[in-house]
Amino acid sequence: MKLSATTKRSNLVNLIGSAVLFAVIMALSAAGIIDRYLQGVLIIICINIILAVSLNLTAGCLGQLALGHAGFMSIGAYAGAIFAIYSPLPGEITLILSMLIGGAVAAVFGLLVGIPVLRLKGDYLAIITLGFGEIIRVIMENLEITGGASGLRGIPNNTNFTTAYWVMVIVIAVHFTLMWSRHGRSIKAICADDIAAEAAGVRTTYYKVFTFTISAFFAGIAGALYSQHIGLLSAKAFDFNRSIEILVLVVLGGLGSFTGSIVAATGLTTLTELLREFSDWRMLVYALALILVMLFKPSGLFGRYEFSLTRLIDRIFKKEKGSKPSRGPEKKLPKKEDAKV
Amino acid sequence: MDQLILFVKQLINGIQVGSIYALVALGYTMVYGIVKLINFAHGDFIMVGAYVTLATVPFLITCGLPAWACILVAVVICALLGVTTERVAYKPLRNSPRISALITAIGVSLFLQNAFALAFSPEPQAIQTIFRLNAVNIGEIQVAGVTLLTIVLSVVIMLLLQLFVKKTKMGKAMRAVSEDSAAAQLMGINVNTTISVTFAIGSALAAVAAVMYCAIYPQVDPYMGSLLGLKAFIAAVLGGIGVIPGAMLGGFVIGIAESMTKAYISSQLADAVVFGILIIVLLVKPTGILGKNVGEKV
Amino acid sequence: MSDKIILKTENLGITFGGLKAVGDFNMELREKELVGLIGPNGAGKTTIFNLLTGVYQPTEGAIILDGQTMNGKKPHQMAKAGICRTFQNIRLFKGMSVLENVKVAFGQNMKYNVAQGIFRTKSYWQEEKEIDEKARELLKMFHLEEFAGNLAENLPYGQQRKLEIARALAGSPRVLLLDEPAAGMNPTETAELMESIENIRRSFDLSILLIEHDMSLVMGICERIIVIDYGMIIASGTPYEVANNPKVIGAYLGE
Repeated sequence: MKLSATTKRSNLVNLIGSAVLFAVIMALSAAGIIDRYLQGVLIIICINIILAVSLNLTAGCLGQLALGHAGFMSIGAYAGAIFAIYSPLPGEITLILSMLIGGAVAAVFGLLVGIPVLRLKGDYLAIITLGFGEIIRVIMENLEITGGASGLRGIPNNTNFTTAYWVMVIVIAVHFTLMWSRHGRSIKAICADDIAAEAAGVRTTYYKVFTFTISAFFAGIAGALYSQHIGLLSAKAFDFNRSIEILVLVVLGGLGSFTGSIVAATGLTTLTELLREFSDWRMLVYALALILVMLFKPSGLFGRYEFSLTRLIDRIFKKEKGSKPSRGPEKKLPKKEDAKV
Repeated sequence: MDQLILFVKQLINGIQVGSIYALVALGYTMVYGIVKLINFAHGDFIMVGAYVTLATVPFLITCGLPAWACILVAVVICALLGVTTERVAYKPLRNSPRISALITAIGVSLFLQNAFALAFSPEPQAIQTIFRLNAVNIGEIQVAGVTLLTIVLSVVIMLLLQLFVKKTKMGKAMRAVSEDSAAAQLMGINVNTTISVTFAIGSALAAVAAVMYCAIYPQVDPYMGSLLGLKAFIAAVLGGIGVIPGAMLGGFVIGIAESMTKAYISSQLADAVVFGILIIVLLVKPTGILGKNVGEKV
Repeated sequence: MSDKIILKTENLGITFGGLKAVGDFNMELREKELVGLIGPNGAGKTTIFNLLTGVYQPTEGAIILDGQTMNGKKPHQMAKAGICRTFQNIRLFKGMSVLENVKVAFGQNMKYNVAQGIFRTKSYWQEEKEIDEKARELLKMFHLEEFAGNLAENLPYGQQRKLEIARALAGSPRVLLLDEPAAGMNPTETAELMESIENIRRSFDLSILLIEHDMSLVMGICERIIVIDYGMIIASGTPYEVANNPKVIGAYLGE
């Protein structure tokens, strides 16, 4: 079981790496270098990473353009928040349950949207999800339980950096293990050539709906985290522009590269905070970014490259060399940048 | 009787809005038919056309010219915009994966909206009256002149377009390119020119739609095109994408459905109903009402 | 070769908007038989493949695999039932490695579920290890093992064709449909390929239906040849019989 031994080692490495990063941030907070404001920014970064990585599953790995990610996020946010408001349980447990509820409700909607649309060839998903996002927003603005146009208030602030960070780590890990399983290979095959995939026995419609639903599920989780961080929800926060912001993260980082999504989400969220006074220009810059990246570097910053901590450590200590077959998150992706996503 | 009059009025309203959707849907259908791309920016071409109208109407009036001449200016500018967009943003991605072109189209759409918002403020602005027409009485129902004009104009344009595509050399080239662009090229058709002409015509139709829209709802804002464009796209899918009479039919159906929902159910639900129609179409007959079933070439 | 019929079509036909692309197509493929399907360009050969693999649904007639009617089945169901194919214009999973290309097809017969895949339970490791070995073994048979980690799109043309056949075999087919496997190859490569097709049939115990428009290529290896033109069978029989059939000569020379 040499294969599983190397991957188990790499799981350990990744866990230790995540723990070290966490410890550093906590130490900086304790030392007062990271203040409350920066902690808030870090939580938003975690949430944006979850959103970007989960959208990348549909847009990058499956190759289907979805424009309603903010809609699924809002469903998760409202469902989770409503649960949190009425929950008598302690904060931590409420948060975890509300994330599961938010994710599940979002996934149900993902299923309802995905089934009619994804069995068709063509780009209907883009249009449907765009419309879906807007309709959800209108509905949230008009329902009583969601607080109507004035928004939902009084949501307990259960989200803290620790939970946001570890939820993010788990979500990333799940994305990696999913994509390196037989199911992930089927998803990639559909993206590469759905006719050939179907001929090779892949149930294309099933996998398309499955991927889209999973994507919605994690968007719902991000929404639940978000609602209990901000404390109040207004439907306007989840408009079409929000969906586009998430898409920009995915496109910029590289369609199909989770590493790219993580880097882009971290970088762009930070930039947005730094450049608040230019917020009028933000959407214009995003629009240009989408066009220019697609025209001149369609693979984004990272192509389909994935960073691997294990590989980095191995390289530093020169323990292993050559093209040993590897699996799991440390899997070596082809070096050549692949423009044809 | 009052109920009936109200119903007929709503029906006429629906057909009027539907005519505008139809004009936009024609552009969508032509472009989709030839490059298989949902041109998300198409709706925003309407917005550009509306701003052109906003700017030229006062100028025309001061020069003593009729205000409706703004339609000519809008048509020229939108056609140029459409051709330029295709050349700059879409043409380089013709052989890329579909998602790249779609993302670019979204980018162009957002770019136009936000550039106009920055240049002209995001607030709505009022437009002067464009057409001065007398209302027509049909029995007990009074129909505004603009309404009749919109409906007649869209039907005439649809018929002309159908003639153009079926009878002229360029129209045949368009059909050939949409069928198989590589083969069309081998037969000596200039594919690039054909695609450019398609974008020019489609965008010009968006300009006409923009002027008629402004004549009915006399205000413009930078985001007006996105929802209008979406509904028109749904109309195109409903009628059968790539089919010219289908776009017209789809436009009318969507317009009437929307107007009836607003009148009898709830105005907030109107958009949801339109998207509901799209989902039902995709479930029941994804090729649309007049669409043909075409298998993908393997 | 046994006498058991594995794949049969009865009056199979399809009409596209009034145009009959294939009609009255009757064919029987026995176990371990190698049959050539030939005909001029546009005769309807690939359409027949598309019918047999569920890409198109027949407008008339029936497809029977091992006694079971397969009409209405989707391509992935056809693949699972044992009809696997290659494509005339190579369709590999371009952004994926050579090994992964084969694993995709293997994966459809694997058992572990999504949760087991995400949480990497024991069955995940076991099956993945098994599949890895099987996939490498298969690549070895096609002399592709050294490229296992390369992107499929970076392979030379001839190797891509081979990989496509390997991928089809990974679906453990009972009937293999090869659509012009020699297209674009030079005479030496073609001869080599024909030989390996023979080998495949023997070592995998399967029946092969082979499309080719160049008659001379299939003469040497096929037991039987079916000739079609304008969507209809114009001749069938041993290579010798077919080659001397005046109708076939007519179709090819285009009277």
